[in-house]
Amino acid sequence: MTLAVSLRHGFAGFTLDVEFAAPAGLTALFGHSGSGKTTVINAVAGLLAPDAGRIAVDDLVLLDRARRIALPPHRRRLGYVFQDARLFPHLTVRQNLLYGRWFAPRGPGAALADVVEMLGIGALLQRRPGGLSGGEKQRVAIGRALLSKPRLLLMDEPLAALDEERKAEILPYLERLRDETSVPILYVSHSVAEVARLATTLVVMEAGRVQRIGPAREVLSDPGAVPALGPREAGSVLRARLVGQDADGLTRLETSAGMLLLPKVDLPLGAELRVRIAAQDVIVARQRPEGISALNILPAEVVALHLGSGPGAVVQLRAGGELILARLTRRSAEALALAPGLPVFAVLKSVAVAQSDVGGAITGPELLLHS
Amino acid sequence: MPDWLTSDEWRAVNLSLLVSFWASVLSLPCGIAAAYVLARFDFWGKQLLNGIVHLPLILPPVVTGYLLLLTFGRRGPVGAFLEQSFGLVFAFRWTGAALAAAVMAFPLMVRAIRLAIEAVDPKLEQAAGTLGASRPWVFLTVTLPLILPGVIAGFILAFAKAMGEFGATITFVASIPGQTQTLPSAIYAFLQVPGGDAQAMRLVLISIAIAMLALLLSEWLGRRVARRIAGT
Repeated sequence: MTLAVSLRHGFAGFTLDVEFAAPAGLTALFGHSGSGKTTVINAVAGLLAPDAGRIAVDDLVLLDRARRIALPPHRRRLGYVFQDARLFPHLTVRQNLLYGRWFAPRGPGAALADVVEMLGIGALLQRRPGGLSGGEKQRVAIGRALLSKPRLLLMDEPLAALDEERKAEILPYLERLRDETSVPILYVSHSVAEVARLATTLVVMEAGRVQRIGPAREVLSDPGAVPALGPREAGSVLRARLVGQDADGLTRLETSAGMLLLPKVDLPLGAELRVRIAAQDVIVARQRPEGISALNILPAEVVALHLGSGPGAVVQLRAGGELILARLTRRSAEALALAPGLPVFAVLKSVAVAQSDVGGAITGPELLLHS
Repeated sequence: MPDWLTSDEWRAVNLSLLVSFWASVLSLPCGIAAAYVLARFDFWGKQLLNGIVHLPLILPPVVTGYLLLLTFGRRGPVGAFLEQSFGLVFAFRWTGAALAAAVMAFPLMVRAIRLAIEAVDPKLEQAAGTLGASRPWVFLTVTLPLILPGVIAGFILAFAKAMGEFGATITFVASIPGQTQTLPSAIYAFLQVPGGDAQAMRLVLISIAIAMLALLLSEWLGRRVARRIAGT
C-alpha cells in the first residue's frame, strides 16, 4: 500500500508545498517545529483542507482539490494517534479500544486479543482513562487506532509529551507495530533518535518543503541532510547481526563495515539489529590509531565532504557496504587534507543499538552503549 | 387529594406539575439542538439566533405573553393554522400555559447546555471522527454522554423556572381555576381576596418544597454523572 501526497497550502508568511510517496513500512516526516509536518498529517487525515493538492492511498483518492473530491475524516479510515492520547473519558479502556469497530467495515482486521497482547494493556481493560499514566494512555490510543481497521496509521509525535522513561517503554511497541502488522505508518517527529530507530523511509522537511526523501539509512548518512537534521543529532544507521558473546561480557556485532564490539547486548545469536552512530561520536584518523582506548576502529574511505557556513564540516565515509557520517571542524578537515577517495580510519566513541526493522526479535529500551 | 388542601389548591399544584413537566420535556431536544448549534458552529445570523433565544429572559414577561397571544391565539397566524390542521388550541388552555412556560424557560436551559458543550474538548470529537464516526454518531457517542450533567442541570433549571412562571402565563392564558391556574397564579388569586392569606401560604410552602426538591435532585444526579464521566 502506498500513500501519495501532493499539497500546497498558504499560511500567513509561509507556504507549504510538498510532494512525496510513503511506501509500506514506517515513513517518518521529520522536521523542526514550524516546518509544516503536522499540517501535512492533518491534511492526510482530513482535519485540514489544503488550498490545493491530491492525496491518495493506492487507487483510493482521499482528496483532489482539482476534481473537488474531499472525503470527510470519518470516511478516510486512517487511524490517527495524537500527541495527547485523546481517549474518551466516559468509556473504559476496553470500550475505547473497540470504539472504531462500530464504524469499521466487516471483514478481517486486527483482533482485540492480539492488539491487547502486543501493546501489553491487558491489565488496563476495565479501567478508565483518567487513572492511566501518560505511557499507558498512549498505548491504548495506538491500540484504538489500530482496531478501527485503518488503511494506514497516522502518528503525530506520539512520544513528544512523554518523559524518557515512558518513551523507552513505548518504542518497542512501535517497533512491533512496524514489523508485525501490514499497516503502513506515517509518523511525524522532530527527534532524530526516534526516526533513526523507527523509520524505513524518511522525509526531511524544512520551511514547508521536502528537503530530502529516501530510505531512512540513505538519508541519515547523507551529509547534505545534516543541516536539516541538526548537526548534534545527525548520524548514520547500520545494519548489524549479533554473532558472538565474549567471555568478558562484550558482544560481537557483524556489519558490512566490520566487526563492532559492544558491552553486553542481551539478545540471541543471529538477532538483527539497527546500530546508530551519531556523527559527533566519530573521530577520523589518517593512520590506524595506536594506544587508544576505543575498541571500534573501522577502515573506511572518504566519499564526500560537506562544508557548512560555520566552522563545522561533515564527512561521509564508506566502510564496507555502509555509509558513516563524521562531524569535525573545517580546520581538522583541512589539516587532514580530507578528499574523496582518501583512505582513513573511523574511530567510534559510542554506538547505540535498537531492534532492526528486518528482524523479529524484541529488545528492551534503546541501549546507548559506550564502547 | 390530601385533606389539608382544597380542591382548587390541589388542582393548581397538579396543573403546575403537568405544565412544567411537558414544557421542559418538549423543549429539551430543541434546547440541546440550539445549544449545539450556538456552541459549535459559526454562521451568518448566529448573533440573531442567540438574541432570539435569549429574548424571553430580558423582555418583560407580560410582553412575551402578549406576543404569544398575538401569534398563538385563536386568531393569531400560527394559532389559527395549528387549530385548523391539528385541532391544537393554546389560548386559555393548559397547553398554552405549557407553551408560555417553555418559552420563558428556554434561555436558561440553552445557557446551561451550551456551557457544558463548550467545556467538551473538540479534539475528542475530532478523534472520534478519525475513528470512523460521522457527525451525528460523534454527537451521540461522545458529546452527549460528556454533556449529560449540563443537560440535567438545564432540564431541572427549566422545570423550576416553568413552575414559577407567572407574567407570560397569566397574559397568554389567564388564570382559570382547573384550566390554566398554575401555582403562582393561584397564589396571586388567593392574595386578591380577603381571608385568602392562609391558602396562599400553604401554596407558598408547597412551591418552596418543590423547588428545593428539584434543586437537590439535580445536584445529586449531576454529581453521579460527573463521577461517571470524569474517567477515573
